[in-house]
Amino acid sequence: MENNKKDDNNSRRNFLKLGLLAGAGTVATGALIVTGKSASGESGEKIKVLTTTGEVMEVDKNFLTQAPVGRKESHLGIPGRKFVMVIDLARCKNARKCVTECQKGHNLPKETEFMKVYLMQDSEKTAPYWFPKPCYHCDNPQCVSVCPVGATYKRSDGIVLIDNERCIGCKFCMTGCPYSTRVFAWKPDEAFDIDQPYSPEKSVPGVEGTVSKCDFCPDLAREGKLPYCAQACPMGVIYFGDIDEDVVTNGTETFKFSELIRDRSGYRYLDNLGTRPNVYYLPPVDRQFPVERGLDGLDEETLKRFENTPYVKNAKISKEAK
Amino acid sequence: MSDTVNSDKLLKEFAPQIERTGNFGKLWIAFLCLVICYGWFALYWQVSRGHIVTGMRDNVVWGVYIVNFIFFMGISYAGALISGTLHLFHSEWRKPIIRMAEFITIISLLIGPCFIMLCVGRLDRLPNLILFGRIQSPITWDVIAISTDIIGCILFLYLALLRDLGKMRDFTELKVPQWQKKMYKILALGYTGTPEQQLRLKRATDVMAGMVIAIAIIVYSVLAWIFSVTLQPGWHSTIFGPYFVIAAVYSGTGVLIVSMFVFRKVYHLEEHITLKHFVNVGVIMLVLGAFFGYFTFSEYLTKWYGSEKNDEQLIQVLLKNYFNLFILSNYVGVLVPLIVVGFRKLRTINNITIAAVVVVIALWINRYLIVVPTLETPYLPIQDERLAWQLYSATWVEWALTAAGVAMFCLLFTIGSKLIPIVQVSDLKEEPEQPGDLHLM
Repeated sequence: MENNKKDDNNSRRNFLKLGLLAGAGTVATGALIVTGKSASGESGEKIKVLTTTGEVMEVDKNFLTQAPVGRKESHLGIPGRKFVMVIDLARCKNARKCVTECQKGHNLPKETEFMKVYLMQDSEKTAPYWFPKPCYHCDNPQCVSVCPVGATYKRSDGIVLIDNERCIGCKFCMTGCPYSTRVFAWKPDEAFDIDQPYSPEKSVPGVEGTVSKCDFCPDLAREGKLPYCAQACPMGVIYFGDIDEDVVTNGTETFKFSELIRDRSGYRYLDNLGTRPNVYYLPPVDRQFPVERGLDGLDEETLKRFENTPYVKNAKISKEAK
Repeated sequence: MSDTVNSDKLLKEFAPQIERTGNFGKLWIAFLCLVICYGWFALYWQVSRGHIVTGMRDNVVWGVYIVNFIFFMGISYAGALISGTLHLFHSEWRKPIIRMAEFITIISLLIGPCFIMLCVGRLDRLPNLILFGRIQSPITWDVIAISTDIIGCILFLYLALLRDLGKMRDFTELKVPQWQKKMYKILALGYTGTPEQQLRLKRATDVMAGMVIAIAIIVYSVLAWIFSVTLQPGWHSTIFGPYFVIAAVYSGTGVLIVSMFVFRKVYHLEEHITLKHFVNVGVIMLVLGAFFGYFTFSEYLTKWYGSEKNDEQLIQVLLKNYFNLFILSNYVGVLVPLIVVGFRKLRTINNITIAAVVVVIALWINRYLIVVPTLETPYLPIQDERLAWQLYSATWVEWALTAAGVAMFCLLFTIGSKLIPIVQVSDLKEEPEQPGDLHLM
């Protein structure tokens, strides 16, 4: 807990909030911050900015980044948006890029996953399939209803976020969510000690003793980018878009949301619970990969997860029989 | 006039427990303090290393702590409902045991909420519950209900204590330190037992007796709703409110009988607490046990018979992984008191106490079986390579804090009995031995 306080001070020292001068509109509008370092080095392109003391300063473009949306603003949601995700189960082969890239993007400890991939089999005789599961950002979110302090909230753009600086860690939301979406920071982790101002839109840095989950990456949406999982998926399984604009894209293909759902019989998982999720699934028909391909190339630990699934058990038995 | 003579005589009888603590008593207190210190160490361990030192993980997010919370809140019912109801029914026989029941209520009400705090990841942010409290959340209902309950029960106990405090103040022969005498004087609020004071006290006690019954029902229902408002297959049940209330009073009577037995032995109250009291409380326990068994049966019958996919999965886990505990809590815990109290021949003080111990243990396990197996069988299958993430098993930290909670309960009970006679002396009259042994109301 003391660590966090120290970090707060650090970030305040390192980040200087600046107003953008008119005319320097090559970067997206909004509050910008000057960072001490940049991954890509200097670009040579200078931008004029106005400091809080009223001085005009020239800063290299690469040292400017969009200021993360603060705790208060993060309640509002991006105006005019209503986000939706479509996951094409026919294409998923458990490549797990969505999991790892999401972890990288959210600076998560190795054992924490916002996106999880399940090996599902609805009943004994039905076919098994791989099932990526983010947060469903329900329109009737149980987690939001039960939170005693308003630390988790629903925004106008449909996203459900968590304010890790208000969360008391009672974990009621975790029992409220029927989709096992939420994760708890059980111990202090070095991944939480990063030099960055906290933003609920980024879910970074994590805070020990609080709950977190998939956030639909609204910080990337503000930059016009897809969430980490959708960007990372090599099969284009994950489509992200806007339900009011009726469009979803996985980065290479773009569909009308309503037509995609109609033509491919899209559905929502456990819709009968009345949570009204904003994540839709396309059933695993005409698959691009056989399900066992998802077990290839997994490290031993991950492989162990699926050991107790009926599919893997049966496969083992039939192998031994041969 | 004979009343005062009587209570003076009684006070003289009870004075030794208050005046000194024997070697055994000192040893007992030292032992309890040791256990509590161990609990403090466990708490330090948990706070400094994070909740990872508990057995709780992302699926089973609540464990033994919440079980203890429900358990202690449940036994707090012994006083609230039993003493409240018996007071309103003017049951004469209640008098020697009513103080114990009220002590149980207050003490467990103070310990119970500590356990829910142990579940909270950020204790430093507890003020947020007030600063940003949302009335939509059942936890906020709980905060309001429990704090009301604590205040109501303390008032009720205090009103019941008032006459004894006056007696203690006026009883000059009592050999206690000066501060203790002063304490009696201040707490007695100048009560001398004038007719007007008596009337006022009676009215206030009547009102509070009614209130604590109502509040206690609300508190326990709210606690049940924390579980039943969620969509979890094992929790999303309409009968959880009344079921929890019944289970709570049931466990409360169990703890009451055990403490009657202990205090009777330790303070030699054989004259005041007789088989009659054990049988009468035992009969209350029997009735509640029958209700509890009925609720449990209908709860699991509908789940099992309807066999909805997730209910079926839960029942399977209960009957496979938790078979022994399931039988112990839901069969043994119901049948033993039914048989022991049901058959006149078996009704001895020892037997009834053993049945009560069985009930208390069974009810703790019952809560464990409500909380843990449900969380181990979520809608989505748990696919995790880490065993701790799949199955819950409490660690030494959780057990140490549980032991500390029980020790704290015993310690406060002991200290309470050292300050105030454990039997209400001002109300007690020497009753003629009555024929038969069952005089409930």
